[in-house]
Amino acid sequence: MALRSKLSDMDDGTFQNLNLLLNFGLPLLLLMTAYFIGSMIERTHFRSIRKRESEYHGYPVVSFDTMPDDWKVSDSTMVAGNIVVSLDYFKRVIAGLRSLVGGRLKTYEPLLERARREALLRMTESARRQGYDAIFNVRLETSRLANSRGDGHGTAGVEMLAFGTAVKFASRFSRP
Amino acid sequence: MEISNTESIPGRRIVEFYGVVTGNTVRAKHIGRDIMAGLKNIVGGELVGYTELLQDSRNEATERMIQQAQSMGANAVVNVRFATSSISQGAAELFAYGTAVKVE
Repeated sequence: MALRSKLSDMDDGTFQNLNLLLNFGLPLLLLMTAYFIGSMIERTHFRSIRKRESEYHGYPVVSFDTMPDDWKVSDSTMVAGNIVVSLDYFKRVIAGLRSLVGGRLKTYEPLLERARREALLRMTESARRQGYDAIFNVRLETSRLANSRGDGHGTAGVEMLAFGTAVKFASRFSRP
Repeated sequence: MEISNTESIPGRRIVEFYGVVTGNTVRAKHIGRDIMAGLKNIVGGELVGYTELLQDSRNEATERMIQQAQSMGANAVVNVRFATSSISQGAAELFAYGTAVKVE
């Protein structure tokens, strides 16, 4: 209302243009910015994940709840890795529209996937940094931090947590 | 103090059980971090402030669990689990629990 009274001495056309710009231009600009920067962040992140995952090729990270019998270990500890991620504004709006009709929300899938892989990587990195040789009994947990509203506003954070038991082999070639 | 999320400490034998030990912490988000996270929320990706906040809180919950286990005379906690629940808008409880035991 304050804006309107301040602008009352402007002619009608200018006011309507301004109104149109505020109502549609700004969200549209935000959507486009979100789309471009968001996809760029996602691509960069996936590239970094693939690169780091290839570095850990051959490092045993398993979800067995008991150790294989041939593992002789000298030391163990618990390691964890976590990450909080959120979807960009553009994809949230798309997901909001899509959820009206139901079905697969494709925009959420890569987000959760990269978060999960990142959490696993952070766990692996922390185990390796502390000098452990393998991780077993790996568990993954997902928790939602806050709601995203249907219109795409609101913080929509999802936390991924990966944790497991890291072990040191008594001798590196203890496997028969 | 040894900690593990398996049912025993690898390579050790459990000689005594003390029961379930728990540790929790309730944290609200920091206003400065929240503004940053709100901005970051537009373009998506990792919310670093929140990642760190949750990591710190989880460490604290684990620390409290360990203290409880120590006061019982245990030297290890096995089968550790984590739980997160959002209590209200902007606050979350981080909870860690496990079984306090004595290992050889």
